[in-house]
Amino acid sequence: MNARDLELVAALCTERAGLLVDPERGHLAENRLGSVARREGFGSIEELVDAIRHRDEERLIWAVVEAMWPSENGFFRDPEAFELIAQKLLPQLAAAAGKTRPLRLWAAACGGGQEVYSLAMLLAEEPPPGQFELFGTDLCERRLEKGQSGLYSQFEVQRGLSAHRLVRHFEGVEGGFALSPRLRQSVRWRRANLAEDLGRLGQLDLVVCRDLISALTIPARERALANLTGALAPGGYLVLGRDERAPGLAPAAALPGCFTRPSADRAAA
Amino acid sequence: MKVCLVVDDSRVIRKVARRILEDLDFEVAEAADGAEALSWCRTVTPHVILLDWMMPGMDGLAFLRELRASPGGDAPRVVFCSGENDLERIREALAAGADEYIMKPFDGDIMASKLAMAGAL
Repeated sequence: MNARDLELVAALCTERAGLLVDPERGHLAENRLGSVARREGFGSIEELVDAIRHRDEERLIWAVVEAMWPSENGFFRDPEAFELIAQKLLPQLAAAAGKTRPLRLWAAACGGGQEVYSLAMLLAEEPPPGQFELFGTDLCERRLEKGQSGLYSQFEVQRGLSAHRLVRHFEGVEGGFALSPRLRQSVRWRRANLAEDLGRLGQLDLVVCRDLISALTIPARERALANLTGALAPGGYLVLGRDERAPGLAPAAALPGCFTRPSADRAAA
Repeated sequence: MKVCLVVDDSRVIRKVARRILEDLDFEVAEAADGAEALSWCRTVTPHVILLDWMMPGMDGLAFLRELRASPGGDAPRVVFCSGENDLERIREALAAGADEYIMKPFDGDIMASKLAMAGAL
């Protein structure tokens, strides 16, 4: 991929989604845009970028930006973080919500569904006393579609998922494995651009957004963090990547990247 | 150093597994079927056993049942590593005392993550 094309792609990613594209990592862009070019009927990435340059077509621009959007594709990625969520955060939040209001959770960059379904599995294994609402959002439409399908290849179900969970929550289908309909239906999906207005998810008890904000430009980070922290209910938890910080919130656990909005905020507000 | 016993009738698979396991700091021993693996375990208890299912002679499941029934046989972590991907069969392996299950083909990431989940790393 030539430098001029990469520059245009990087500029579009930054402008539309606040995404930082490392000019040193042209091969990454090439990997990801190759399939977009093929899907859209172009002979090469050069032709795809050329078309964007001359036609300025929104649909095509977003296809490129979404393909460049970071995605992690393991279940229970960072086992320690999920251990913390399962052992400490969920029981505490579920007890606080009780039966009087639903427990509300959000996986904010859920990619192909693995992260939000990891939460769904925890909730199925230790059901909270009351109702819950679980949201999965991502910028990338195609990954959201994949998540909604609940279909994973043999390779995918071996990334982070234990054999016990595999046999408990999945069934074998042609070409791979399908998550149980009950778990699939426990997630509500939305497309969301964290660097923009977030729509209306309301107040959340647990927000998980791992290793995304570090991929954004500084202004986009600030907007994304304002969105994430703004959505957090008093007493709620925000779980970022280990290297990521939420300046407006208080560090919450032994695990770096985990923050809370103290309940006292409610009294102060 | 932790010992991993690789039980597989395919020399190629044993070699691939060995390379990955040595990178994960295991000392690797090999057996070509269940009977050979059982006699190995009679003298030394490995930390973890990577176990194929379909093998001539004593297969993986028969080996696992014998191992778990023998004195001290509940100590090794056992990770199946098999081309069998039918969930009913995988349930059977877990019920017989397997700690984890790898479906072939696998790569180094899958192996490391499954060993960690089995508590073997």
